[in-house]
Amino acid sequence: MSTVEAMRTKASAIDDAARRFAALGEPVRLALVARLAGGAALSIATLAAATPVTRQAVARHLGVLEQAGLVSAERVGREARYRLQPAGLAATREWLDQAAAQWDDALVRLAAHLDE
Amino acid sequence: MSDTIERTVTLAAPPERVWRAVSDHHEFGQWFRVALDQPFAVGTPSTGRVTYPGFEHLPWEAEVVAIEPLRRLAFRWVPGIPEPHETLATSPSTLVEFLLEPEGGGTRLTVRESGFGKLPPDKRIEAMRMNSQGWDEQIGNVRAHVDG
Repeated sequence: MSTVEAMRTKASAIDDAARRFAALGEPVRLALVARLAGGAALSIATLAAATPVTRQAVARHLGVLEQAGLVSAERVGREARYRLQPAGLAATREWLDQAAAQWDDALVRLAAHLDE
Repeated sequence: MSDTIERTVTLAAPPERVWRAVSDHHEFGQWFRVALDQPFAVGTPSTGRVTYPGFEHLPWEAEVVAIEPLRRLAFRWVPGIPEPHETLATSPSTLVEFLLEPEGGGTRLTVRESGFGKLPPDKRIEAMRMNSQGWDEQIGNVRAHVDG
């Protein structure tokens, strides 16, 4: 599949990538991602204890991260716990790599055009 | 995470020739594979249709932000292959810059696409830069940063 085709097959790829970049660009969310990087599924209460913001704020931030595909929620008894989804970060990197490959292709075409 | 892509090539053609290939809308279209409706001009929307094989007739839309002859052409666009509803008015956009420098008798051309995450410089955390150091170490750096 060509680079261009790969980017086309994912519906709203731009929105997905933008959501991930925006999610990672906020300090509290970055801290939550760091906290979850140990691999464990953690509750909102546990995560809130480690950050200087309210539980409601943490819940909101986790919602943003979940929407961006960077964390996933699971139920353990009555409690919601959150787990990091490393694939979300990998997808972001992959998006950048694909965009860069498109530019590589474009520059090849420019060089060929200038040689004509 | 860095959201900038940069590629640099050295071209044998002199800057005047490369500048024309980049800034003349007909010529740009020939190699970029787009049919543009109007010349590039700051403050004038750039519209047209993609002519890239397999993607013909997809719309092209850009907003030219800078034209510095022989040095820099910059425009904003919606990256990737936008869905019909994803226009400059409604979707995240990136800044594309073509930067020209003379090199010998030829031209050093850099293309840079940036701003996707729209992260203000003071909020970027260097430790999150994805590089060969590996994810675990980066997370350790972030943890130390936010805990410090």
